[in-house]
Amino acid sequence: MPEKPIQGEKKVFVTGNEVVAWAALAAEAEIMYGYPITPQNEIMHYWTRTIPKFGRRFLQTEDELSAGFTTVGGVLAGRRAFTATAGPGNILMQEPLSMAEAMRVPIVAVVEQRGGPSTATVIYSQQEVTLTTLGGNGEGLRVVYSTATHQDLFDYTIKAFNTAWKYRFPTFVLADGYQAKMRESVVFYDPAERGIKMVPTEAYVGRPGMPGVDRPPMHMRNTYNMEEELYEVLQEYLADYAKAAPEIEEHEAFDTADADLVVISHGVVSRACKMAVQELRQQGYKVGYFRPITLRPMPEKALREVAATAKQFLVVESAQGQLARLLKEAMYGGTAEMLTLFKPGVGVTSEEVVARVKEIKG
Amino acid sequence: MTVQSAMPKCWNEETKPHKFCPGCGHGLVLKALGQAIDELGIQDKVVFGCDIGCSLLSWDFFNVDTIQTHHGRTNPVITGMKRANADIIGVAYMGDGGGYAIGSQHLVSAATRNERITSIVVNNTQYGMTGGQMAPTTMPGQKTETTPYGRDPETTGSPTQGPEMVAAIAPEGAYVARGSVANVRQLKGYIKKALENQMAGNGFSFVEALSLCPTNWRTNAKDTWKFLEEDMYKYFKVGELKVPGSQEKEGQ
Amino acid sequence: MGKAVKIVLAGEGGQGVQSVAEILAEAANEKGREALYIPNFGVEQRGGVSVAFLQIGDEPIGAPKFQIGDIVIALSDRAVSRTRQYVGPDTVFVYDSGIEDIQDELPTNTNKIYAIPAIEVSKNELHPRVFNVIIMGAVIKATGVVAMEDAKNAIEIKLGSKFEKDPKLREMNFKAMERGAELVAGLA
Repeated sequence: MPEKPIQGEKKVFVTGNEVVAWAALAAEAEIMYGYPITPQNEIMHYWTRTIPKFGRRFLQTEDELSAGFTTVGGVLAGRRAFTATAGPGNILMQEPLSMAEAMRVPIVAVVEQRGGPSTATVIYSQQEVTLTTLGGNGEGLRVVYSTATHQDLFDYTIKAFNTAWKYRFPTFVLADGYQAKMRESVVFYDPAERGIKMVPTEAYVGRPGMPGVDRPPMHMRNTYNMEEELYEVLQEYLADYAKAAPEIEEHEAFDTADADLVVISHGVVSRACKMAVQELRQQGYKVGYFRPITLRPMPEKALREVAATAKQFLVVESAQGQLARLLKEAMYGGTAEMLTLFKPGVGVTSEEVVARVKEIKG
Repeated sequence: MTVQSAMPKCWNEETKPHKFCPGCGHGLVLKALGQAIDELGIQDKVVFGCDIGCSLLSWDFFNVDTIQTHHGRTNPVITGMKRANADIIGVAYMGDGGGYAIGSQHLVSAATRNERITSIVVNNTQYGMTGGQMAPTTMPGQKTETTPYGRDPETTGSPTQGPEMVAAIAPEGAYVARGSVANVRQLKGYIKKALENQMAGNGFSFVEALSLCPTNWRTNAKDTWKFLEEDMYKYFKVGELKVPGSQEKEGQ
Repeated sequence: MGKAVKIVLAGEGGQGVQSVAEILAEAANEKGREALYIPNFGVEQRGGVSVAFLQIGDEPIGAPKFQIGDIVIALSDRAVSRTRQYVGPDTVFVYDSGIEDIQDELPTNTNKIYAIPAIEVSKNELHPRVFNVIIMGAVIKATGVVAMEDAKNAIEIKLGSKFEKDPKLREMNFKAMERGAELVAGLA
């Protein structure tokens, strides 16, 4: 058996793309399928350089449709399989993702948001929130983790495989171009040494025995004749999702209990917001910090608790309200005023957040 | 009452009679495939992927693990499976729209990469499930719902020569043939060779099956066979186009 | 424990500003400090101004980019124009004195402006290839973000195999770093 990619713990100083590749190795991912698109390319580069030593596999496909569908195929064959994409590639990825939702195929996709619409910039944005949480022609039966730091990238890439295989919903790690390309320190570890057990995988097709004799054949479909047939299947899926959601939901918050205004953000923007809230607190402002880590499912209960006491929310994102829309849905009926700092396709600095809060609070 | 010829052993009796329209060619292609699977004794190894289009109706056709995919995406799903588990014998089954239009990039890439899968394209010269629109394989002058005055090659191009294209781009080791439901015995032979070629690990194995669609062709039994054996045969030549180890048969 | 030091380095492609930022970040990381380095990696990567954003501190770094740098270094005329936006009242702005006709472009609202002859020194005293190492020496002297020795160790890690083959290269790199520091020291 090949040696473990990571033994013990080690602090390293690397790019986010390298983090994802190592996390997938540590999570015992067996095969990656991918198509080149900036800024995710280096995930494939690190993966292909490292895998011969660890007996893992890679296939470069002809486009993201194929990358997604081959990943589906890999999972159906019982492998811990993943892909990575961004921007226009994420648009194409929604087609295979909808099949994965329809057939409960636990694929993992890492998305590194770039500017949009269209080809836009290869650099950075948070404009793939709507697409990643609710893309496809269905009900958004997927899990989306939004990462803020390299440590998040490592932790949640590993976790994504377990969430996917435990609940059998496709799972996204939603990062961005800054995280892909920047370097900062991160601690790599072997999940087993931290007591993280990888959820075992299971083949959907090609199991032992003669189909129709020793076992029923596996007949998987995503087309239904009758609307009632589809409805029945969806009711089951939606019930499963609703049951799993409270177990999956994650958030990070501080200083919300006595806050008049709570700053809400996700992903890399939450780093700026965290600094801004800390600074404003020191200056005597009654502000709090809230960051949904799962954007799908949204941590609704935690949000509503904050909404019960805060008078104002400031939603900060590198998009024109894609997070805000999800928050409005989650907090419908709440009375807190929702204020915004939207910078579509552009990074947000802590100075800007501080300035916006001071503008609001006078 | 006439007794039908024995079903292939790997057919799923519970779903017979099948759901295809009367006179449809799919049943004959799937019979040839079933016989080939039986003769090779690989029922427990085959994973059958069907496309969207009329082929989707075959999702429970066999007592074989089956996955219904998206329109045009059967080749990548089966490719992904095969790459992840080489013990699987992967069969990607689709119509001409799935193979040559919406999924053409996948067919081209599977062929050039010499994916160790067997891909079967059923050519009935139009889109059956959606009601008979022009397909890449529609014959010059043929009337369809989107070429009501007959296909004009000047504005809509000429029928796709699938096996010829695959034979031209696939590396050595690939197997390429075109059969017809008018000769199920020969078609079964081609499909069997295509499966054997995959099992030997030689390369991409591709069979186009010329088929029938009396429903959308609006033909009676006589004219249905006439269209296949006279009109289609003129344009689509039956035979093997590429056989591993015999370079001279490459192309046409 | 103060706030992180924020550094912007900008130059033409090939001037090696990204390597400088990376080595400084690695030197800080090696010493157990927090560092975050992000290159400007847009289409500008090909034929445009290359910008590196670097932050070094004692606590986890916040947003990867920032509005105002503590020190902003511009090594070409285009880089000067490109980085004016990162200059504030407390910023130390450093540019190469060899850049011609730049007076009108220089920021006016800064704390200090240093013009250093790094290009000239690299050409006349050392070698054009260590131009960026001179800049690194200047940044270290001006900010104190890492110790000179730690930066030398980081260079050693990065270029050690080349130094083994040609020890003179090591000497030249270290000399370049010292000279860079001197260029700033003379102005302070």
